[in-house]
Amino acid sequence: MTDDQHGATDSVLTRRRFFTALGGTSLAATVYEYGIGSDRSLQSATETQDSRHPASQYHIDVMTAIAEAVYPSAVSVESSFIESRVFGRVEPKPNHFENLLTSIEAVDGHSRARFGGAIPDISPGRRRKVLQSMGVTAVHPNADGTTAEQVRFYVVNDLLYALFTSPAGGELMGVDNPPGYPGGRDAYQRGPDGGER
Amino acid sequence: MTGADDRSPTDADVCIVGAGPAGAVTAYDLARRGHDIVVLEAGERLTPEDHHRRMEMWLRPDLERNSFWLDGARDAYTSTGAIDARLNETRVKAVGGTSVHWDANTPRLHEEDFEMNTRYGVAKDWPISYDDLQPYYVRAEREIGVSGADDNPHGPPRKEPYPMEAFRPSYSDSLFAEACAELEITMASQPKAINSESYDDRSGCVGYGVCNACPSGAKYSAEVHVRKAEAEGARIVDQVQALSVEHDQTGDYVESVVYATPDGREYRQEADQFVIACGGIETPRLLLLSDSIAFPDGLANSSGAVGRYLMDHPNVTTTATLDEPTRQSNIGWVSSRSDQFYARESPGPGSYHLTFSNTAKVTYGGAQDRRAPTSPSQILDIVGNPTPDALAELATDPLNETPLGDNLDLPTTDGPPYPISIRGAGEMLPRSDNRVMLDGSRTDSHGRPVPSVDLSDGEHEQETMEHCLGVQESVLTELGAEITGVSTLDGRGMSTHHMGTTRMGTDPSDSVVNSECRTHDLENLWIASSSVFTTGGANNPTLTIIALALKAAEHIDDQL
Ligand SMILES: Cc1cc2nc3c(=O)[nH]c(=O)nc-3n(C[C@H](O)[C@H](O)[C@H](O)COP(=O)(O)OP(=O)(O)OC[C@H]3O[C@@H](n4cnc5c(N)ncnc54)[C@H](O)[C@@H]3O)c2cc1C
Ligand code: SF4
Repeated sequence: MTDDQHGATDSVLTRRRFFTALGGTSLAATVYEYGIGSDRSLQSATETQDSRHPASQYHIDVMTAIAEAVYPSAVSVESSFIESRVFGRVEPKPNHFENLLTSIEAVDGHSRARFGGAIPDISPGRRRKVLQSMGVTAVHPNADGTTAEQVRFYVVNDLLYALFTSPAGGELMGVDNPPGYPGGRDAYQRGPDGGER
Repeated sequence: MTGADDRSPTDADVCIVGAGPAGAVTAYDLARRGHDIVVLEAGERLTPEDHHRRMEMWLRPDLERNSFWLDGARDAYTSTGAIDARLNETRVKAVGGTSVHWDANTPRLHEEDFEMNTRYGVAKDWPISYDDLQPYYVRAEREIGVSGADDNPHGPPRKEPYPMEAFRPSYSDSLFAEACAELEITMASQPKAINSESYDDRSGCVGYGVCNACPSGAKYSAEVHVRKAEAEGARIVDQVQALSVEHDQTGDYVESVVYATPDGREYRQEADQFVIACGGIETPRLLLLSDSIAFPDGLANSSGAVGRYLMDHPNVTTTATLDEPTRQSNIGWVSSRSDQFYARESPGPGSYHLTFSNTAKVTYGGAQDRRAPTSPSQILDIVGNPTPDALAELATDPLNETPLGDNLDLPTTDGPPYPISIRGAGEMLPRSDNRVMLDGSRTDSHGRPVPSVDLSDGEHEQETMEHCLGVQESVLTELGAEITGVSTLDGRGMSTHHMGTTRMGTDPSDSVVNSECRTHDLENLWIASSSVFTTGGANNPTLTIIALALKAAEHIDDQL
């Protein structure tokens, strides 16, 4: 640790320092190796996620149910995918996971209060209505913003990041090996009919 | 990511400022020769987990890519020329320097780049030739691990094979190859410091495709040579900013570098030899900040050339679409290039090279950064700046809901039509009024004047890049593509290559360093950076920076 971090004066987290700050609290990094599946089922192919991630089964279940509403219906989501790719990844910024959990709770709370049931207990279409009624679909993602903006940033965009960097997301986008996914060096050489030219 | 806690000075034969490729390789080469080395680096150390974080920051439009290193108050700058300096998008301050973010393309300069005056009557010749540098290019390629093939008929001559095989061309390269063959334009593999197989204890490329923030270690970064230098006993002190370089009474020798630690203390690192390796902008800035009675215009600046002759590589891209799949974004790097138009005619357009897209469309964005016109911040923006487009959008789609589920807004590369593009980067001639100065009206967090960058294109750059755009158009037309976008030099930003600001030469009255990269003015002050480039050629600079650093290390070793 740096000298100034011993002092009580270090209250302001400068941008340059945020990795350093994270060092004290982050989860141990896991080995990020995902099996290469090309079907549209999202599951973690290898058990590489860190078991010390901060999410309870409740959070994983709610997040998985929200994923079913955010992702196109052609994609089937397994909770193991959410567990490894959302909660098992290296925390991108300090307090990211904490804020994600709070945002998940906010969505579920809104659902219970206004839609008569917990998120996993209502249909994917109703879950989209929950997000819409919170204003999530009409705001800009903002980590420090209103509840809706935070849900957009932490919940929706974490889910989209996990989707866009997975083979199933790649298939939706027309890319076999999407950026962020270590899918090897065959796909870029392959032609549209599967063969090399 | 903590460095050593103790940032106070220690005994050193050599003090190096900056731990990018130039500083790290110099440190390693001198440490392995048995010398005591201290490296002072302004930025922080990154861990392997940090590189995973950087990947996410790179791929998510709602995160800032440079926030992992940027300190706005420390890194402030001024841009006054026609070209936006956008400095904090084109450099990194961290252990490993800008190579933490680089694309790792490592072509050598061409023979003619060293002899622009003799051959074409423009600019100045370097005091060294391609042949002089060739053995150091070979060593540089081995040090950082370059994958490549000797398949470039218009490339510079090679005597040794590349350390690793080239990556295979992409599918979209094969589309370009047909069109280029028709037009008699030769393509070649792009040499790069990315492992095509495991090399030097680092894995081969596994295809993450986020090469600017490669989390796998397959792409070289100077963190490699920082580790190697430390293994040889060098001391790398992170998070310390060099404030000035101080000389003796006579002005012949540097005695110390004054630096500030994060707790606000200032120290003085002494050594026998000093190397400034702060990149093409901060290197001249540090010299200009180190003025004295003996050097009223800045240290080692009796020529007045410090900060002048700034060059970058102007570049242009033509984007297009094809009816057939182009298979973009399945890998992060460029696999093919053409040096057909590198050799220039005189007079006429200057050198440039072409690269062919593998990533013509990004796979992030879409619903990830959809910003509804009714979001509070957007409404404020629109009220503050009511453009007709923004008002129309607001009026026609007041809710502008982001669809989720089956109507999810995907950043798709799927077609038809399918995206494809060609990029070209060319030479800029050195001009004394393109320069880095100190902005006397603004100071950084250490109270020092910030760098002020004044860079503009001249007729030569315009002519060169117009020629390049013409070639891009013919290739894409031959390919049957429909052109959708043509970039020009108007309103462009500075490229990521900053060269020429402490240039090399034989005449102390118009250059800053000699052929050994030692300053003319001070006996023990050396510069390792693209700032010593007399001319910049049209190729990426870093392999040449490293070759020159290895050469300078040999000369420094002779002095110790
Ligand atoms: C997005 C991107 C892509 C690129 N792609 C390529 C490519 O494909 N091929 C290529 O050849 N080049 C590429 N480059 C350029 C390449 O990164 C640089 O040429 C290279 O890193 C320069 O090495 P350097 O050691 O001279 O400087 P840098 O890598 O910039 O390192 C300088 C170091 O000095 C430190 N420093 C500065 N001032 C001080 C001070 N006062 N006190 C202490 N420390 C200080 C900085 O913190 C920094 O760590 C790219 C750059 C970017 C941004
Ligand atoms: S494609 Fe290769 S070099 Fe690029 S990020 Fe992936 S592993 Fe690294």
